Amino acid sequence: MSDLTLNLSQLHRERVLAWLQEYGVYVAVGALLVFNVMFTPHFLSAANFRTQLVQVSPIVIVSLAMALVIGTQGIDLSVGSVMALAAAVVVLYLGYGAVPAIVAALVAGALVGATGGALVAYLDIQPIVATLALLVGIRGLANVLVPQLREFRNPDLIALGSDTFLGVPFVVLVAAALTVVVALVVRRTTFGRQIVAIGGNRAASELSGLPVRPILLAVYVISGVLAAGAGVLATARLQASDPTSLGLFMELSAITAVVVGGTPLSGGRIRVLGTVMGALLMQLLSATLIKHDLPQSWTQMVQAGIILVAVYATRERGTR
Amino acid sequence: MEPVLEAEGISKRFPGVQALDGVSFAVLPGEVHALVGENGAGKSTLVKILTGAYRPDSGELRYLGRPVSFSSPLEARAAGIAAVHQEVNLVPMLSVGRNLLLGREPRNRLGIIKLRKLYETAARQLAEYGIRTDVRRQLRTLGVGVQQMVALARAVSVDGRVVILDEPTSSLHPREVRTLFGVIEGLRRTGVAVIYVSHRLEELYQICDRVTVLRDGRVAHTGPLGGLDRLELVSLMLGRDTSEVRNTGTTRFSRRLRSPQNRPGEPPVLQASRLRRRRLLHDVSLQVHAGEVVGLGGLLGSGRTETVRAMVGALPLDAGQVTVAGFPLRRRTPAAAIRAGLSLLPEDRKADGIVPSLSVRENIALAALPRLSRAGLVSEQRIDQIVETFIKRLRIKAASPHQKVAELSGGNQQKVLLARWLALHPKALLLDEPTRGIDVGAKAEVQLLVEELAEAGLGIVLVSSDLDELVEGSDRVVVLRDGAVVGELHGDDVTEEKIMAAIAGHDASRHDDE
Amino acid sequence: MTDDTTTLASSTPWVPDRPARWERVGYLLQQHGAVIVLVAVVGFGTIAFDSFATAENARSIVVSSSFLALIAIGMTFVIISGGIDLSVGSLFVLGGVLAAYASPAGPLAALALPLAVCGAIGLGQGLLIARTGMAPFIVTLAGLLGARGLMLAISDEGATTYLVRDPAVAALGQAELFGLTCPVYITIGLALLGMVLLQRTRFGQNVYAVGGNEEAAVLMGVPVVRTKVLVYVMSGLLAGLAGALNAARLSSGVTILGIGLELDVIAAVVIGGTLLTGGAGGILGTMAGVLLLGVIQSLINQVGTLTSAFQQVVSGAFLALVVIAQRQLSKAQRL
Repeated sequence: MSDLTLNLSQLHRERVLAWLQEYGVYVAVGALLVFNVMFTPHFLSAANFRTQLVQVSPIVIVSLAMALVIGTQGIDLSVGSVMALAAAVVVLYLGYGAVPAIVAALVAGALVGATGGALVAYLDIQPIVATLALLVGIRGLANVLVPQLREFRNPDLIALGSDTFLGVPFVVLVAAALTVVVALVVRRTTFGRQIVAIGGNRAASELSGLPVRPILLAVYVISGVLAAGAGVLATARLQASDPTSLGLFMELSAITAVVVGGTPLSGGRIRVLGTVMGALLMQLLSATLIKHDLPQSWTQMVQAGIILVAVYATRERGTR
Repeated sequence: MEPVLEAEGISKRFPGVQALDGVSFAVLPGEVHALVGENGAGKSTLVKILTGAYRPDSGELRYLGRPVSFSSPLEARAAGIAAVHQEVNLVPMLSVGRNLLLGREPRNRLGIIKLRKLYETAARQLAEYGIRTDVRRQLRTLGVGVQQMVALARAVSVDGRVVILDEPTSSLHPREVRTLFGVIEGLRRTGVAVIYVSHRLEELYQICDRVTVLRDGRVAHTGPLGGLDRLELVSLMLGRDTSEVRNTGTTRFSRRLRSPQNRPGEPPVLQASRLRRRRLLHDVSLQVHAGEVVGLGGLLGSGRTETVRAMVGALPLDAGQVTVAGFPLRRRTPAAAIRAGLSLLPEDRKADGIVPSLSVRENIALAALPRLSRAGLVSEQRIDQIVETFIKRLRIKAASPHQKVAELSGGNQQKVLLARWLALHPKALLLDEPTRGIDVGAKAEVQLLVEELAEAGLGIVLVSSDLDELVEGSDRVVVLRDGAVVGELHGDDVTEEKIMAAIAGHDASRHDDE
Repeated sequence: MTDDTTTLASSTPWVPDRPARWERVGYLLQQHGAVIVLVAVVGFGTIAFDSFATAENARSIVVSSSFLALIAIGMTFVIISGGIDLSVGSLFVLGGVLAAYASPAGPLAALALPLAVCGAIGLGQGLLIARTGMAPFIVTLAGLLGARGLMLAISDEGATTYLVRDPAVAALGQAELFGLTCPVYITIGLALLGMVLLQRTRFGQNVYAVGGNEEAAVLMGVPVVRTKVLVYVMSGLLAGLAGALNAARLSSGVTILGIGLELDVIAAVVIGGTLLTGGAGGILGTMAGVLLLGVIQSLINQVGTLTSAFQQVVSGAFLALVVIAQRQLSKAQRL
């Protein structure tokens, strides 16, 4: 009899933890929204929403990239530096027109991604070290190309950063569209399934005939392209190219968003919507604290706390 | 004589299974006590309780006459109960000497390790086991057998009263086994009790005094080994009648009872020619015809796993050719092998087999994904069809196809993996220890399935350390030693004795001299 | 166990194969490769640049590297144990601010406060990692954010820079003996201590065991939880100490330091031959890695015309090359 009740309460606890793992981040975002609606003046204005969403969009894009890489049990520390490189390249090629410049920036991102991917997939270098080298080297490269903040006046690029479509800023639309695309890729395509399988057990995936190396390479290339895209968008919004400080610590924000959103660092599972929620949560948190005049130090400490709680809840429970 | 270690009425339950049910067990000082049983009978659970890794749900453990309750293996060890497991539980990148004396290093007053003394002591202790090697070298540079001996030396050198050996000879060469037996004799003389857990019944008869047979979590028999016939012992383990066992064998295979299926003249469905890999494989050649089961016999480390891995492209080769259904494999990758119709069920299903984070469904569909997709998009419908078919056919027990595969029992996981390969409709299948570590029921089902597949015309290579399985399941047996083929047995020659003789090679003749 | 050895010794003793000569060389190379590369690069620098091989240059490299080296000692322990510590950069700057803040109370206080706080944070991280099984990457990432947040909180959001006015405290960072500063001697001393700890104490063996094969370590009776907690405490203490000494050197608790420092430390440790997967490596290699980074920096300065941005590019490329070389070596060894 006591055995039964013991099992029930254990089951109950397991269920609660599992539920938290799945939906915790939504609850947190919801709670923050409610708090803000009640206590923050002017929160429910279109202008405020627009500002928040515009600010979070580049982070969302980079976080999506990071989620894919983390899904393969890897990590990409170079995303911030790739943003900076994209900012440098786009402004250098602006003379040829906005579209060629943007394409050039995306290509640059792809090349960096390919380098990281080759190091990881073909030379068996650990992702943290490979992308660390890129983090350092690529930001340096960006700064060599454009040593100082450079403003630009290309109307097309500026439009990219400030135009709206049906009231929604273009930047936000891009982020939303990419979210949908990545979610579809992960859930419905062979490629997406294979990414997750590789992260879950690389050796098993190899034996099952999956083209592991090309897939890993592709994931890092995608990461590079997405990061470059985020860099272009951020630059467009800033109306200036600033490789020295663009994207600084972006990798931290992205990793945080991914982890808080419930994607395990050990790979094997990608929660796209969760990642977006994670980015939104962090953005909302920081905005809430700023609006209530709480100092930045608090923001960081609370962020640290949230990360710990989120990861604690998503720990792998014992398997057989 | 008082037992040195005694378990009384021990029960242990895990979610869904009663691992031990009222087990009572006692071992006397200076005795070598065999512990036998099929997988899932409760042997490893009992050992874990005796060594303090698990706590029993009920029952009592008594050590040196007093009731004890260990909260960790460390505590049990400190009390004098040491265990040597099948996996070498040492640190590969540390030196042999440091491994041997980890935690017991000779130190000076400041707590600084006296390196020279450490290495001297280590060398001396290992010499008592007949091992002479540079104790400064990294442990991982030694062969598995020697590593096991180091692990044994470490376990024994503590002032222990009880030593538990779990499958100690699985990686040892015959002469290493002799040394092991010598060590056990020495322990017996000093009054140390030895619990010997093994599948190798011939060894038990050589060295053990008494035996306890576990079956389904209970003690089926305990008593001296002397008067117990081997057939009786096996019957007790399986819970079957001795005459039944004599007639149908210990496994579910019935190939011995059928006439060979070979149709001479037909080309082999799988052919490996002169596979060569520096230090691992030396000109290994193998042929399998449709409907044939070829067993690969040999000790651990003899190259069986390397051979099948090389055939499927998971191990790079320096030379050699693999041909499937007449088509030579040009690119040595698993993907190419799969395309040609060859698949491998790996030895270590946790490391190379299941993807734990994915569901049963996704695991089954993994290798066949490209075939189940159109234009890069996955067809859920086709996956559902295939998954349902195989769950039914293989009787995979899962709450639903969406259950995480990591939650399944070992036997069901193995079935999921088999389903993964069968979904590809292979022409030839390589099975590396397909029934290792799974319970009796699933083992029977897998064995029957393998027979079915052979009947259906697949060519099968069966790697197994279970000699009964090898003998009863194979039409032919190829024996490997140290990466080379040392013998091939057909028809009536496929017996345990002949296989062991082939493995031992010319050592067998020396055996008579000593 | 030693009575009647005749039975055992009479069975033919076998001698497992000795490793091939070049296998041993490969192993040595991997372990001490950083030192060899350091010597090679120094040699190159001496030949290529006149103003490179001067005492002044050497002094300057050693002095500026001493803080990185101090932190790297702790990081070496953490990485060998199979973990990682991303919080050291934040602990560094926190230590500095705390030291400057406490400096009016004298040198003892200026050291005690940062050590206590940073050690406590290290303890917290270690306990979380060892007891709950959470990934070190994430726990120390949280530590990175939290510690910097704490630093900002006590320095008025970074606006207040506490000054070190006590000459005794300043001496900790600035006093010189034979041209080398006090922090250098402290670093050398602790590095030697670290070497002894790692190679010649039970604790060191435990660290290697936990990193090399944690499951086996448990079964071998290694106190895994205690070992893990201790390495993170060490890392925290050393990062805090480095920060305090740096504040002493600068005579102020500068609040914008330490950003990205953890990555430099990890790079130095990895270049030094310590495997990120744990179980292998050493202090000597790490020191060589730190010096190597400093020498490369100095070489780039010699060229003179290169901007700091270009230095970054070279650093990144260099790190990649070294890691690739290490990987190839370790692969060749395995065959």
